[in-house]
Amino acid sequence: MVTLQHYLFLSAALFTLGVMGVMFRRNLIVILMSLELMLNAVNLTFIALARYMESVEGQIIVLFVMVVAAAEVAVGLAIAVTIFRQKGSIDVDEVDLMRW
Amino acid sequence: MSDLVWLIPVFPLIGFLINGLIGRRFSEKAIGWIGTASVGASFAVALLIFLELIGMAPASRSVQKVVYTWMLSGDMNVPIGFLVDPLSIVMMMVVSGVGCIIHAYSIGYMHGEYGFRRYFSYLNLFVFNMLLLVSANNFLLMFVGWEGVGLCSYLLIGYYYEKQSASDAGKKAFVVNRVGDFGFLLGMFLIFMTFGTFNYTDVFGAAPDKLTQGSLMATLITLLLFVGATGKSAQIPLFTWLPDAMEGPTPVSALIHAATMVTAGVYMVARCSVLFALAPISLTVVAVIGGATAFFAATIGITQFDIKRVLAYSTISQLGYMFMACGVGAFASGIFHLMTHAFFKALLFMAAGSVMHAMSGELDMRKMGDLRKKLPYTHWTYLFGTLAIAGIFPFAGFFSKDEILYYSFTRNLGFWIVGAVAAVMTSFYMFRSVFMTFYGKSRVDHETAHHLHESPPIMTVPLMILAILSLVGGLVGIPIFEGANRFGDFIAPVFKPAKDIIEHGAHHGGHHSLTAELTLMGVSLAIAIVGLLFARRMYISDPAAPDRFIRKFPGLYSLVYHKYWIDELYDKLFVNSIVEFSRFLWKAFDDAVIDGIVNGAATVVRAWGSALRWIQTGLVKDYALSFLVGVLAVIGYLVLR
Repeated sequence: MVTLQHYLFLSAALFTLGVMGVMFRRNLIVILMSLELMLNAVNLTFIALARYMESVEGQIIVLFVMVVAAAEVAVGLAIAVTIFRQKGSIDVDEVDLMRW
Repeated sequence: MSDLVWLIPVFPLIGFLINGLIGRRFSEKAIGWIGTASVGASFAVALLIFLELIGMAPASRSVQKVVYTWMLSGDMNVPIGFLVDPLSIVMMMVVSGVGCIIHAYSIGYMHGEYGFRRYFSYLNLFVFNMLLLVSANNFLLMFVGWEGVGLCSYLLIGYYYEKQSASDAGKKAFVVNRVGDFGFLLGMFLIFMTFGTFNYTDVFGAAPDKLTQGSLMATLITLLLFVGATGKSAQIPLFTWLPDAMEGPTPVSALIHAATMVTAGVYMVARCSVLFALAPISLTVVAVIGGATAFFAATIGITQFDIKRVLAYSTISQLGYMFMACGVGAFASGIFHLMTHAFFKALLFMAAGSVMHAMSGELDMRKMGDLRKKLPYTHWTYLFGTLAIAGIFPFAGFFSKDEILYYSFTRNLGFWIVGAVAAVMTSFYMFRSVFMTFYGKSRVDHETAHHLHESPPIMTVPLMILAILSLVGGLVGIPIFEGANRFGDFIAPVFKPAKDIIEHGAHHGGHHSLTAELTLMGVSLAIAIVGLLFARRMYISDPAAPDRFIRKFPGLYSLVYHKYWIDELYDKLFVNSIVEFSRFLWKAFDDAVIDGIVNGAATVVRAWGSALRWIQTGLVKDYALSFLVGVLAVIGYLVLR
C-alpha cells in the first residue's frame, strides 16, 4: 500500500536533492535542472495532498507551477547563453561581478 | 524747538544714507557738500535749541523728548528718547560744529582720493553715532552710539585697508575699545540691577537714596563705567590704540581726537557725575589715572618725530587733564577743556594734514623745517593751535587748563604738580613741533621742496575758523570775575547734585580766593612760556642740544622714544598669550577633539564595512546557501520550540 507518507518522503528527498544540486554544482545548466527538480518535488507534494484531501485546488496550482517553471527555464537558459558568450564557460563560480 | 532735538542725530544719518545708498552717480563735490550740509544742519538745530535753552530759567533747562518705544519687556522700558540739557547741548554743538568744519576740510583734503563716497558716508555715520551718544536720555541708547563710534573709528582708521599697518590699526582700535566696552556694559547691568531703569533722570534722581556714599555698589558701578571711559578716551591702560589711529586720513584723526570718539568717555563720566560723586574712591581713581595719563603721554610726546604722533600723544595727555578735572570734582572744567580742546586739536590735526598735503605725505618732522614762508596760512593757524594748547593767554587753552589746574590745586597739591609738569611738557613738545616744522633751517629734500604749495581755500578756511575759535573760545569761561564764567554758569546746574554730594562729604576747604587764583594763573602762564623758551633754545638757537641730551641719557631717551615699550609689553602679555592659547585650542581641542570625533565616526563605519565586506562574495550560490541556512533555522525554530 502506497500511502501519503511515501509520497511526502519521496518529494522531500527529491527536493533535498535539488537543493544540493543548486548549492554544489557549478554548471549553470545542471543548476537549472536541479531547480526544476525542486519545483517538481513541490508539485508532487501538491498532487499527493490534493488527492489525499480530495480537493482539486492543489492540481490547479501544479499547472501554474509548470507554467512558471517553463518561463523560468526559458529565462535561465537565455542567461546561460549570454554568460557563455561573455565568459566562454557557464561555470557560475566565474560569475562574480557583484563581489566587493 | 527742543522737541526737534531728534533732528540733530537724524540729519547726519540722512546724509549717510544718501551718500551710502544712492551716491554712486554723484560727483565728488555733491557727495562732499551733502555730507557737510547734513552735519551743518545738525549744528543749526543745536544752535537754535541752545538759544532757546538760554532763554529758559536755569533750573528748567532739562527737557526730555521720547520719540519711540524701543524695547518694552516687563519692567524694562527703553525708549528712543533724547535729553536736552546744558551738558548735552554743549556736546552736540561741539560735535556737530567741529564735525561740520572737518567735513568741509575733507572735501579739499580727500580730493581725488579713491573711495571718496565711502569716506563721506562713514564720516556722516560717525557723527550720527556721536550725536546719538551725547543726546540720548538713557544708558542703552547711549551705548548704541558708543558702539557705533567704535565701529566707525574702525572703518575710518582702516580706510586705507590695502595698507597692512592701517588695517592693523583699525583692528587694534576696535579690539582695545571692546575691552573698555565690556566694562561699560557690566556697569550698565549693575545700574539696571540697582535702579531698574536706564533713564538718566531716574537713575541720577534715585542715586543718592539707593546708594550710600562710598558704598561698594556705587564704587563698582563707577569703576566699571570708568573702564569703558578709559577705552574710548584712550587713558591708561587702554590708550595704545589712539597713536596708531593716525593711520587713517588726517581729517579722521581730527574727528576722532576732537569732536567724536575720545570725548565720549569724558562726556560719560561727566554725565554720571552723581554716581561718581557717590564713590569717592572712584573719583580718586579717575583723577589719578587722568593725572598719570596726562604726565605719561606728555613725556612720550616729547620724543616723537612724527608730527601726527606728537599730536596723538598730546590728545591723550589733554584727555588726562579732563579726567583729572572730573576726578577732583570739577566736571564743568573738564567739559570746558573738552570744548576748547576740540577747537584747537581739530585745528592742529588739520593743519598737520595741510603740511602733509604740501609735503607729499611726509610726516617726519626731521625732514621739514622753515615751512612758514611756503605755507603761511597753515603756519599761522598751527601756531594759534599751539598757543592755545600750550595755555598762553588769551588763547582758549589758557582758561580751560588753568581752571583744571586751579581745582586740582584746591583738592590736592600732588595733582597740581603733576598737571603743571605735564603743562610744561605740553608747551615744550608743541613748540618743538612748531619750530621743527615751520622754523629753523629747511631739511626738506629737493624733490619735495619743488612741490611745496599752500593748500586750497577749502582747507585753509576751516583752519582759520578753528584758529579764531581757538583764540576766542576760552573767553566764554573767564574765571575770577563774577558772571564772566558764562560757560561754567550755564553748565553748572547739571553738576549741581554731584557738587552738593561732594561738598557735603568734604570739609569746606576751597572757597574762592582771588589772590590764589590769580597767582596760579600767573604760574600757569609762566609754565607755558618756560616750555616755549626751552623748546626755542633746543630747536632754534642751539640745534645740537637735543643730540647732546640724547647722548647724555641714552637709556632714558630710548625708553621714552619707544613709548616705554608698552605696545611690546601688551603684545607679550595679552596678544601673544591669547594667540598661544588659541593655538593650543586649535591643536588640542579643534584638531584632536572635534576632528577626532568626526574622523572617529568615519573610521568606525569604515572598520565595520571592511569587516563585513567579506560576506559579499558576489557568488549567487553563497547567497543561496545563507538563504538556505536561514530557512532551516526558521523551520528548526518552528519545529523545536
